[in-house]
Amino acid sequence: MPLLRIEGVAKSFGNFRAVDQLSLDIRAGEFFALLGPSGCGKTTLLRMLAGFETPDEGRILLGGNDIAQVLPHERPVNMMFQNYALFPHLSVRDNIAFGLKRAGMARKDIATRVAEMVALVKLEGLEKRKPDQLSGGQRQRVALARSLARRPQVLLLDEPLAALDKKLRESTQGELMELQRRLGMTFIIVTHDQEEAMTMAGRIGVMDVGRLVQVATPRNLYEAPASRWIAEFVGDINLFNGQVAGRDHGRLTVATSEAGTLAVSELWPPVTKDVVSVAIRPEKVKLSRRAPALGEGGSQAINRLEGVVADVNYLGGVTSYRVKLETGAVVRASMANTARLDVDAYLAGQRVVAWFTADDCLVLEQ
Amino acid sequence: MSARRIFARPARLAAIAPYLWMVLFFLVPFAFVLKISLSQTVIAQPPYTPVFDVTEGRAALAAAFAQLSFDNFRLLISDNLYILSYLRSLVVAVTSTLILLLIGYPIAYGMARLPQRWQAVAMMLVIVPFWTSFLIRIYAWINILQHDGLLNQILLALHIVSAPVVWLSTDSAMYLGIVYSYLPFMILPLYATLSKMDGSLLEAAGDLGASPRQAFWLVTFPLSLPGVGAGALLCFIPIVGEFVIPDLLAGSDTLMIGQTLWLEFFTNKDWPVASAAAVALLLLLVPPLVLYDRLQRRQLKADS
Repeated sequence: MPLLRIEGVAKSFGNFRAVDQLSLDIRAGEFFALLGPSGCGKTTLLRMLAGFETPDEGRILLGGNDIAQVLPHERPVNMMFQNYALFPHLSVRDNIAFGLKRAGMARKDIATRVAEMVALVKLEGLEKRKPDQLSGGQRQRVALARSLARRPQVLLLDEPLAALDKKLRESTQGELMELQRRLGMTFIIVTHDQEEAMTMAGRIGVMDVGRLVQVATPRNLYEAPASRWIAEFVGDINLFNGQVAGRDHGRLTVATSEAGTLAVSELWPPVTKDVVSVAIRPEKVKLSRRAPALGEGGSQAINRLEGVVADVNYLGGVTSYRVKLETGAVVRASMANTARLDVDAYLAGQRVVAWFTADDCLVLEQ
Repeated sequence: MSARRIFARPARLAAIAPYLWMVLFFLVPFAFVLKISLSQTVIAQPPYTPVFDVTEGRAALAAAFAQLSFDNFRLLISDNLYILSYLRSLVVAVTSTLILLLIGYPIAYGMARLPQRWQAVAMMLVIVPFWTSFLIRIYAWINILQHDGLLNQILLALHIVSAPVVWLSTDSAMYLGIVYSYLPFMILPLYATLSKMDGSLLEAAGDLGASPRQAFWLVTFPLSLPGVGAGALLCFIPIVGEFVIPDLLAGSDTLMIGQTLWLEFFTNKDWPVASAAAVALLLLLVPPLVLYDRLQRRQLKADS
């Protein structure tokens, strides 16, 4: 039995189905991310877990008990709000102690726990400050400490890092992961930032129009997206539409109008339709000045696409290229800048061969 | 440099305008009242002495100055009538403000929780009575409260009372009139604070284990205190000096200070004593006014 089981949960606002027959299991101690574009229902789902919305249908089982209709203040679940929702009239200490006092904890224990929480989020010395005397990053920590203070069975985090700048966000991501590991608590985070989800979460649930479209580890989500929509939503990808022309021992031949005939390894489960898209991530496309010899891709079939470098974007760690094929289609390729001096770099206008192996491609139904 | 010259003078004039207004329409008249409060009453035109006349030369002015005295203020302290009037004004103002808070807070709270488009309607309903003259509305209350008025007719028809009840010329009628008249002034500042309140704070309180009742007392109410203060002072200050409502609706046993002022000015024609009473009233109202100003500043600071 998982710690949290969401069973056929649905919620509508008027005619709008925010969450549609959604089921999901979350194990104890997991760091789970709900990822999706805005309006996909991820926040509504989180609010149902917190108790701010009641589902129209379905059950939410926490440790085996249905909490779908339980009021927020009676749930062993706490939430960290996107805008932090700190009480402006209370000090840092009183904000953190708020939930402990409601739980009827003894005064002495409250003081101990607050001190523990303050130390946990490194806010020592700021206990007496009011929220408006804190920086954005400090407020974020107070919000985190306040939601952790009651030691909830599940901590819900609604876009907890959205208000922080990039550097602070990255360091806070690391701290959140470290905290979650140390406390062994179950975290469910809602985010629209796929990099954030992939960095922190052990598993990611991707949502679109109120449904879960894929639940997978970051790696599987990126390397084996379940649909064309997910492939495009998570990371960059080249897509070529075509028709299955041949099938041989798990190897498909796909005839595309833009990139000619491509050889693709088929994943499980096999595609059932003939009209498909061949997908290849930019970093798996290699560039060379001449066609690679047959042996270069190992024993695999190699797809070769001849074209001209249309533009070069140097991004520091990687350089991304756009290669224009004779058909007019564009292939994006990105290569790590592994050497500081690269006299051999490709220039715009150069003729190149973009190539990739059959195993690096995906075939997705359109 | 040239741009500064073009804009500096009108800008400076504009900055002076409010002070000019204050000097012309508050400080100068107040100086007149203060001067009269230090004068003696006489049966003459004007009914007080001395009169400053700049045409009579410096010696005459100095002599006039020498005649000024604090006798009227001493009278205010020594005569029970004035002290009782002040006390009654304070008691009426405090009581009314408390009743206004008890009625106004739930209304403002309800308004702030209405859906957005209904809030505008509710706001209209609060303001609509202002479209009718204040005096007409008080006279309408006289009509309702009188011996054979609407209220007694209803009470009789429902057999709640067997004989008409005396409502007019009682404190109840006066409190009714005051609360009715000042309710918008209590509701509007309360509504302004309550409608600005961040809804996620209540959710956070609930999430942290507070029942809706606890969330109200621990979060909503403390955060609405600036509105409570503003509303209370906005009502308290003018009620202390209220004249019309107690004069038309209350009995004549004890007078509020506004009524005493009227009596001294128009019945006794004792302008100096009336002026002294007015000055004393103003001084009494300075502390609450300063408090109001502080609250406003703090609110401005919190908003920015």
